[in-house]
Amino acid sequence: MEQAQGRPTRRQLMHAIGLIGGTAAVYQMMTTFGHAAETRFDGPPQLTGARKGARVVVLGAGLAGMLAAYELRKAGYQVKILEFQQRAGGRAWSLYGGDRYTEMGGAAQDVRFAKGNYLNPGPWRIPHHHRTLLHYCKAFGVALEPFIQLNHNAYVHSTEAFGGQPMRYRALAADFNGNIAEILGKSIDQKGLDQQLTAEDLDRLKEALRGWGLLDKDMRYRGERASRSRGWALPPGGGVNGAPKPSEPYAFGEVLKSGIWANLAFFMNHEFQTTMFQPVGGMQKIGDAFARQVQGLVVHGARVTRLMQDKAGVTVTYADTLSGQVKTEAADYCVCTIPLTVLSQIETNLSEKMTAAINAVPYSSSVKIGLEMRRRFWEEDQEIFGGHSFTNQEIGLISYPNSGFFSNGPAVLLGAFANGPGGYHLGGMSPAERIEAALAQGAVFHPEAYRKEFLNGASVAWSRVPWVMGCCARWNEESRRDHYQTLVAMEDRIVLAGEHASYVGCWMEGALLSSIDAITRLHKRALEA
Amino acid sequence: MHKLRTERRWIVAAAALAALAVGAKGADADEPGPGGARPMVPKNGAEVYEVYCQVCHMAGGKGAAGAARFPALAANARLGTAAYAIYMVDNGKAGMPGFKEALTPAQVAEVVAYLRTHFGNAYAEPVTASDVQAMRGQ
Repeated sequence: MEQAQGRPTRRQLMHAIGLIGGTAAVYQMMTTFGHAAETRFDGPPQLTGARKGARVVVLGAGLAGMLAAYELRKAGYQVKILEFQQRAGGRAWSLYGGDRYTEMGGAAQDVRFAKGNYLNPGPWRIPHHHRTLLHYCKAFGVALEPFIQLNHNAYVHSTEAFGGQPMRYRALAADFNGNIAEILGKSIDQKGLDQQLTAEDLDRLKEALRGWGLLDKDMRYRGERASRSRGWALPPGGGVNGAPKPSEPYAFGEVLKSGIWANLAFFMNHEFQTTMFQPVGGMQKIGDAFARQVQGLVVHGARVTRLMQDKAGVTVTYADTLSGQVKTEAADYCVCTIPLTVLSQIETNLSEKMTAAINAVPYSSSVKIGLEMRRRFWEEDQEIFGGHSFTNQEIGLISYPNSGFFSNGPAVLLGAFANGPGGYHLGGMSPAERIEAALAQGAVFHPEAYRKEFLNGASVAWSRVPWVMGCCARWNEESRRDHYQTLVAMEDRIVLAGEHASYVGCWMEGALLSSIDAITRLHKRALEA
Repeated sequence: MHKLRTERRWIVAAAALAALAVGAKGADADEPGPGGARPMVPKNGAEVYEVYCQVCHMAGGKGAAGAARFPALAANARLGTAAYAIYMVDNGKAGMPGFKEALTPAQVAEVVAYLRTHFGNAYAEPVTASDVQAMRGQ
């Protein structure tokens, strides 16, 4: 009761914001309440008329670097890309059968997936509002297919609830909402919300709770109405014994302990709302498509050791990773997309302020593990087609393939997407230990089949990926305030780009938006020079 | 009294929202969502190292090289200054995150003491949770 009285109305909240943040904050809140724009992308940059012979060196053949090279060449620049790896695409990457991957520390894995199967170690899902990426996927001929983001029939597991038994998302979500609706309904009846709302609004709210919470005519969450959402004890059938039997909602205390509310909130987040997409055949297809557009511009196996600029131009020193031979590349301008983890260890004559910004951003440490299974037991035995089963164990979740439904033969499950402490811990293991941990933890969802059907696996710990040494840049409010504008500012002839130079961090969209912004400013400066 | 407390609650909520508007972190990263919320809790310095440090500094504190390097902690003279090691674990450096929020003062003290007495390091002087607390200003 006391809690309910303590909740501010919207008007009171506006007033309080006005007190603290002034009118600008109120305006900000009002636009937030009104609507949110979907994207900053308003079409590819239209850069033309570069000065004859002007040269740009791009560091890194990930999406940001390749897009910069593609657009700058179109504008008339002479462009060269220096890339550490023997492949292009950066974190837009897939592991396929026949690949050999060696992580920092020397552990090597030979990927043994069947033809057509893959693991996307990094990016794996594309929000429908990441319009820049979707634009270039279409322009460069990348086929996309749906990524099954929300599957009501997948599981949620918590070691703290239901004796460690995984439960279907559908039932937990329905039980959570249904109980909340029933409790609020009772609160209305007991005059608990009278101070917040008018009698008319209370009537409307009660009706809303009945509909949204799947309550029966007595405002109770139970029986047939609830079963239509959470599932039946005996589902409807045909003929003589066709009548369904309703199921019993779970004890609300256990539902709360399961943490299902966090899953509900996760799927409400703008970046994780359906519809989402994935490239047909793996994320590497995006890397490949960009690479086709910059064919002939990329020098592979180039480990940059020094980045200097003066009045005359930019000089990049690099060592060939195979021969060790040291070379230099001179240009008028440089777009540097090297991850900050690596850039912070490269000698430059950038300003102290810029150097401080480069050193101000820690990287996350995710782990993904692909497990190839002999057959699609999740489809055949549990009617799960794509989507994720979540667990509070370190693996975080397992995720089911989004294509090839009903097919025979081996399929690759995502056996872990670990982040935070779980990411550090699994990442610190040997590849074999990671597979064992993924099998042990993931088996909670499919105890009969998981180990029995397992064929082989592969894992990527992002902190140990030699060319990025971390997953992606993690800004906080303080580092944004102190360093972001410095990091993205063009310093004489050098400009940084990549997901780390965006507010859409850890997404390909951020890399592309950052790249477009960087080269637009570079081009303007080059024309003014 | 009750009214006062309620008002304060609004102010706190409003301040949080206003902060979001001004110093925003940006879009939420692609993460596992609510998964992985119950990680292993390390019980001693060796386990803290295994869970949090080994991913970059490698088994045995050997360090590693890729496009750049993760420094070796084995036979590392900088560990002779306990305050330096505590500072690094708490605050990180460049790409390395700080672990001030993830680890208790006792856990930081244990992992620093572990590193100072293993992997070819021999600095016997103990490191305590209160050393860490003092550096955190607690």
